[in-house]
Amino acid sequence: MTESTSRSRTILVVGGGISGITAAVEAAEAGHDVVLVERSPTLGGRVAQMNRYFPKLCHPTCGLEINYQRIKKSKRIKVFTMASVASVKGAPGGYAVTVRTRPRYVRPNCTACGDCGRAATTEVANPFNYGLDKVKAAHLPHPMAFPMRYVIDPAVAATAEGRAIEAACPVGAVNLDDAEGSFELEVGAVVWATGWRPYPADKLTAYRWSEMANVVTNVEMERLASPDGPTKGRIVRPSDGAVPKKVALIQCAGSRDLNHLAYCSRICCLASMKHAAYVREQIADAQVDVYYIDLRAHDKLESFVQRVKRDPQVRFVKSKPARIEAGAGDNPVVCGENTLTREVYAEPYDLVVLATGMQAATAEGEVPVFAPDLDDYGFIFPESGAIAAGVASGPLDVSMSVQSATAAALKAIRAVSA
Amino acid sequence: MSERKTGVYLCSGCGIGEAVPMAALEGVARTEYKLEPKTHACLCGDEGVEMIRADIAAGVNQVVVAACSARVMTDRFAFEPVLTLRADLREKVIWSHPAGDEDTAALAEDSLRMALAAAPKVKFPEPWIEGDYSQRIAVLGGGVTGLNAAREAAALGHDVLLIERSDRLGGRARDASLRLPHRPPYDKPEANHIEDLVAAVTAEPRIVVRLGATVTRTGGMPGKFAVTLSDGSVEDVGAIVIATGWRPYDAGKLGHLGYGVPGVVTNVQFEAMLKAGAPKAASGKPVKSVAFVQCAGSRDPEHLPYCSSTCCATSLKQALELLQADPAANCYVLYEELRTPGVAEELYRAAQRAGVIFIKGKVKGVDADLTVHVADALVQQDVPLKGLDMVVLATGMVPNSTDPDAAPVEYGADLLKGDVDPEAAIKVAGFCGEAPAAPERRAQAVPPGGPLLNLQYRQGPHLPVLHDGFADSHYICFPYETRRTGIYTCGPVRRPMDWAEAEEDAQGAVLKAVQAVRAAAAGSALHPRVGDLSFPKIGLNQCTKCRRCTVECPFGAIDEDEKEYPQVNPTRCRRCGTCMGACPVRTISFDNYSVEYLTTQIKAVKIPDEFSGKPRILVIACENDAVPALDQAGIKRNSWSAHVRVLPVRCLGSVSLLCISDALSVGYDGVMLMGCKPGDDYQCHFVKGSAMAAERLSKVGETLKSMMLEPERVVQVDASIADADRLPGVIDGFVEQIMGIGFNPFKGF
Repeated sequence: MTESTSRSRTILVVGGGISGITAAVEAAEAGHDVVLVERSPTLGGRVAQMNRYFPKLCHPTCGLEINYQRIKKSKRIKVFTMASVASVKGAPGGYAVTVRTRPRYVRPNCTACGDCGRAATTEVANPFNYGLDKVKAAHLPHPMAFPMRYVIDPAVAATAEGRAIEAACPVGAVNLDDAEGSFELEVGAVVWATGWRPYPADKLTAYRWSEMANVVTNVEMERLASPDGPTKGRIVRPSDGAVPKKVALIQCAGSRDLNHLAYCSRICCLASMKHAAYVREQIADAQVDVYYIDLRAHDKLESFVQRVKRDPQVRFVKSKPARIEAGAGDNPVVCGENTLTREVYAEPYDLVVLATGMQAATAEGEVPVFAPDLDDYGFIFPESGAIAAGVASGPLDVSMSVQSATAAALKAIRAVSA
Repeated sequence: MSERKTGVYLCSGCGIGEAVPMAALEGVARTEYKLEPKTHACLCGDEGVEMIRADIAAGVNQVVVAACSARVMTDRFAFEPVLTLRADLREKVIWSHPAGDEDTAALAEDSLRMALAAAPKVKFPEPWIEGDYSQRIAVLGGGVTGLNAAREAAALGHDVLLIERSDRLGGRARDASLRLPHRPPYDKPEANHIEDLVAAVTAEPRIVVRLGATVTRTGGMPGKFAVTLSDGSVEDVGAIVIATGWRPYDAGKLGHLGYGVPGVVTNVQFEAMLKAGAPKAASGKPVKSVAFVQCAGSRDPEHLPYCSSTCCATSLKQALELLQADPAANCYVLYEELRTPGVAEELYRAAQRAGVIFIKGKVKGVDADLTVHVADALVQQDVPLKGLDMVVLATGMVPNSTDPDAAPVEYGADLLKGDVDPEAAIKVAGFCGEAPAAPERRAQAVPPGGPLLNLQYRQGPHLPVLHDGFADSHYICFPYETRRTGIYTCGPVRRPMDWAEAEEDAQGAVLKAVQAVRAAAAGSALHPRVGDLSFPKIGLNQCTKCRRCTVECPFGAIDEDEKEYPQVNPTRCRRCGTCMGACPVRTISFDNYSVEYLTTQIKAVKIPDEFSGKPRILVIACENDAVPALDQAGIKRNSWSAHVRVLPVRCLGSVSLLCISDALSVGYDGVMLMGCKPGDDYQCHFVKGSAMAAERLSKVGETLKSMMLEPERVVQVDASIADADRLPGVIDGFVEQIMGIGFNPFKGF
């Protein structure tokens, strides 16, 4: 980051989740031009994949809708989807940025009429539902997608099916010749709102997520509980579709663990309280056991924990389970020692949810952040040279991410105004 | 505005032309509204948009687009300052109703009629811009948060008035030792450099610092606040950032934890000792053995129900500081849940490495010789911890959302009754509903004291506070939203938080303040209707001084003048229209929204006579959540009765009972209000809109009875944006219920 370029007052926001959206609209509404770059086909990021937020149990799409309206009404925000930042050169006030684009095979004049989807026959794993179900190779990412535009899977682009999809489009929006590309931007500030990914559960070998259908992660649980999820919101066992009557929620699955994520991911305890609520809302006679080291709920969120604790069918076990074994009837058996009673347990469950933590997207080297701006975990730390919004700066909940993103917008404005 | 020339554009794309007869739609425009429509097979395409643009160039000054939902292609059909009205023929018509069906065709025609009828009733708004606007930002509180806020606002080019009640800047940080780590590897307490921050703020020419000052009254509105200080001076500011911070919970109430026994101190007192040098025990000797008692007053229904968030890390930091000075010292942390979220986990590890001993359990009491009795959760028995020469109570944070030194003000105190009861049962079926445990006693939600700003608002002088007395937002997605436009809170007065977070929070609040002064000067709305230039206009010749608008406005935007007429403060207004819904004589309107705009649409619908067997049901739907849910239902091709007509509104709060009585008097058989969840966990983006609608509706029964109508004909349902699969059934159930009651006898009159 040494090469100097001409000065620009445009702000680039990398990542179109709740933090990136917030940074973009807050900067635009303060009178600045913003380019928002998102690598998936739609904005919304991880929160769009959440069923509800704690502690209000309200729906993330509600706030996204307001934010999308803000983007639509703003003349200052340009959105690029299926685009990621390949390189950044320069210094605050003048950056030259290369943005790489992936083919959507659908032009901006798509009206989302759905004719292409009806023409498609191939089904592909649905990334919106973490691959828990399938979608047509030509599909709308989800009913709240923004932009409201279809996307075609590269697998069918060069096939006869692709040509049938193209022929089905009444407005000529399908472009099978679409290809990877890149373009250059000159911006004055870069806001990294690259967010997080769930810590890969396959690395937690003792919990056997890869082998056992009825061991799911907390983000998969969000999809299972969501009306737009693979089960239309019915919480069932993936192995047989049965309604689980006994559910374990395992905290710190990968977090606070020097072999995995050394830090506390902050949100998982509360996400699990929410999952207890999901289960108890749907399944009147369900028993939920929460295995935890410390129950962490900051500020007023404490009252959410207390509300869940008042439910006699939710039990709390202070213990970090040692392992999960295969039991009869596809039941995972959670094994370990209760830290308080010293009892050794081996409890069978219908369904086990691993509260996997948040890993920074910047941790894997896929995002071209200047390396000295990252801490050992891959988070962009305060007082580094980079501007981070949301979970790119550390594990945060949604409200704190929005707070961080609003601050990031101000930092970016300062950088372009200097 | 010159003569209105309305262009009507119909789209036959996306299957509309195949599903409904376009000729009939064209006929509606032509014969009923005397407007010549243009139909295009893909109106949102370049050709279609160019066609509209060409007409505008030729004199069209209002556009009606009948195509997809107003939520999509918004940018394509934006021709400002020409106003565009949208009629949905797609999501809520052909995607949710069978093609080629006469009822679907009738629905499409009515959708067009509603937009065409409404068109003459609205115009592109002219903003309210009057007199001078101040760009200056006032910051209340000169601690870490306020200093950062002042510095950031100045860096963005704004003049700043920094008001500090004490005679020095720096706040609590002046008496604090090191700060919590915020740099990698996050395991060492760091110097706090508060003097540098104070010096930077003092040296900044844009910042005027007023020490020893409090605010005695605040009048006006965003862009035009007049702030009176305690010395009588009056300052003009455009927006206000509240950074009044926190005070420690009154340790005098912690006698059960030994406070009062010599050698038992609070974490704030211990912090000052660390800053002064080696802490001394009651004996006068350096402290050798310390127990830190966590949650001293926090997470305790008898005291502070919430977690103060920072006390665990602060105790670890204090223990590390003590051990740094004397590695032979003994430090015990007595905790129930140790909370070091995020990378603060490293501080926890550092404390473990340094030899801090952690004991999980509740403290039962402290003897005069400082023996601490702990109900140790691991050994499951009471353990006396002896030989201590100091006990530090990790007291929590109480927000300075009130001024503890000012006399409590009763007027307007209703605003301080928390809008939210955090202890209320979670209201979802089957969950916690039958929990036998009695609700815990609520500690007083609002800290005692007078108002910080003494707002000269009809709705009272206080800032509305929410959970536990914090001046926080109740929105997860919009944490800076307040019910007093142009006034933003940050730092621990908003939520318990540490130094690094408060620095960021100050930046966020300052950006919102900057937006507020900009929007005020442009006559433009802030969140959530950003950019809306309309504002409420009150026809005082019809006003009956009933005061409903002043009382119901969720944002306190309307005061009363000396003759007791309502007086709108336009830059406080968020354009929800709750005042409009409240007004019994329908004399409040916006340029682009009015009761007439709504009732005209209601009356534009063709009501079949009862011999047709087809009822008409009006669904008045909140455009923020209910309408997007119905759109998604269409996208998913969910279907509901074609006898329903959907009228989108800004907020259910804007729905006047007159809309409902008008609907029934023209022959609708039932009316359903569909809006966001009210109550403790309200999801209304205007805070109280849907609650107000419910309140008004509770009184509609008598009106209906006087009209000889069944009260069951009018209902309100909660709808969330995720209800795309649920709402069709809710609507159909209502239609069925109405059919059970029978047709409206007013039909045909």
